[in-house]
Amino acid sequence: MHVGERGAVITGIGQSDVGRRLFRNPLDLTLDACLDAIADAGLTRDDIDGIATYPGAMDQPPGFSGAGVNDVQDALRLNLNWFAGSMESPGQLGSVINACLAVAAGLANHVLCFRTVWEGSAQGTGGRAGIGVGSNVKVNSGKLPRIGGFMQWTIPYGAASAANWIAMMASRHFHEFGTTREQLAWIALNARRNAEVNPKGVYRDPMSLDDYMNVRMITWPFCLYDCDVPADGSTALIVSRADASGLRKQPLQVEAVGSAIHGRPSWDQWDDLTTMALRDAAAQMWTRTDLKPADVDVAELYDGFSFITLAWLEALGFCGKGEGGPFIDGGERIARDGLIPLNTHGGQLSSGRLHGYGFIHEACAQLWGETGERQVVRPGGRQPEVAVAAAGGGPLGGCLLLTRR
Amino acid sequence: MTDTDKPFRLLPRLTDTNDYFWTGGEHGELRFLRCQDCGTWIHPWSPRCPSCLSKNTAPEAVSGNATVHGFTINYQPWIPGLDPPYVIAIVEFPEQLGLRLTTGIVGCEPDDVYVGLPVRVVFDNYEDVWLPFFEPVA
Repeated sequence: MHVGERGAVITGIGQSDVGRRLFRNPLDLTLDACLDAIADAGLTRDDIDGIATYPGAMDQPPGFSGAGVNDVQDALRLNLNWFAGSMESPGQLGSVINACLAVAAGLANHVLCFRTVWEGSAQGTGGRAGIGVGSNVKVNSGKLPRIGGFMQWTIPYGAASAANWIAMMASRHFHEFGTTREQLAWIALNARRNAEVNPKGVYRDPMSLDDYMNVRMITWPFCLYDCDVPADGSTALIVSRADASGLRKQPLQVEAVGSAIHGRPSWDQWDDLTTMALRDAAAQMWTRTDLKPADVDVAELYDGFSFITLAWLEALGFCGKGEGGPFIDGGERIARDGLIPLNTHGGQLSSGRLHGYGFIHEACAQLWGETGERQVVRPGGRQPEVAVAAAGGGPLGGCLLLTRR
Repeated sequence: MTDTDKPFRLLPRLTDTNDYFWTGGEHGELRFLRCQDCGTWIHPWSPRCPSCLSKNTAPEAVSGNATVHGFTINYQPWIPGLDPPYVIAIVEFPEQLGLRLTTGIVGCEPDDVYVGLPVRVVFDNYEDVWLPFFEPVA
């Protein structure tokens, strides 16, 4: 099999300040992350000839997109040979997969990939209350507001958030496999104990199973701690040609990517609601490498909602289909010193909804041994050599397998 | 019940590709597009049957019976005027494996809903839209 993505390496990572609400200009955050990543690779902005981002410039929902391709190109006065920014991709990391293909195809030498969110500031002190429309709209116009597109099928019933849509998938998993909230809790508890030792963690106070079981419910079976925390921050990385030279660090190899979706691209018409599009992305990734799930030292798996991480664990083969609940129960297997260290930076649940890019940033940092107190050391004192970074839930899903050369 | 007593709801924008679905309740019918050549039920609307690619499609009523396939009890006040708790569910229809709707479950306590619960359609009229909800079969 021709594995074209192996023509790509990751040569640098960067990140802005991260916080619950920073009240800073999102392009300012973006440039902090981008310049950090360029410097980390040992490059200058003159070396950057490609940009990839998710979701591209968008005005709504509030804070969802902090900058688009054009914003960054213009701010840094870059001359580009290739660029792409779009939501219609295999999840948030589909943008990084795009970058891998661009350098492998020879269209660019060094692609700057970034994702910026400022949902914490943009949503304001009212919290993650909803979509900004309500009964006040009717008072003003005398008619109920109208919605088109996919949301027309959900929002009349108050299913306004992906929290609702994913919760229904979790309920199906509970029904078919006997999964419980006490088991699901360990995604959140594991994230918190990792955020405790991450200086950039958003929530770092210890959390107990009692805390989890007693906090307010959002949309059963999800409580507050099953939902990621809106935050502000920008994350960037540099994807370069595998034969790139003049770099500051040993590049990380892109061993394989997963971008497949073989069912209907829908939150409710998907064939098997105990899993998601990530099922197909994960399966495809393993067809493109000789490595196996047992070879993975660190797993950084999207946790927009806790159940998505459980679904990724199953799909990637760290446990069997339907066995995710017992697998994570007690948290030992997914701890930093466990069978498969998971979301070692605290995930989006405790370290902020950086929307996919936080996971690949952490995967790279772990492989480069740059994560300080939370650094994973494998049995025998070995540094992590293989990491998987995965992002997306529902009809979104994409993943990358990275190795130290 | 007058309109002002009812919970606030955001409504679908009616078009010539969804009006058969959102207005069928006026006639007591839950309608999906169906291929007139091979019988496949099609949701949402598409210009061709996804099974046989025929353009010979037309709306038809299903029985209105369904089963709760997955559900959630929502406690978060996402939409001012639509007060929680309320049950959102994905229901599946016996007419075709995988033919489903996201909907609301009414006519019972939230804690009485479970995966596998048999339900039946009931319509709630807002302006020119008849929203299909589902209630447990007695």
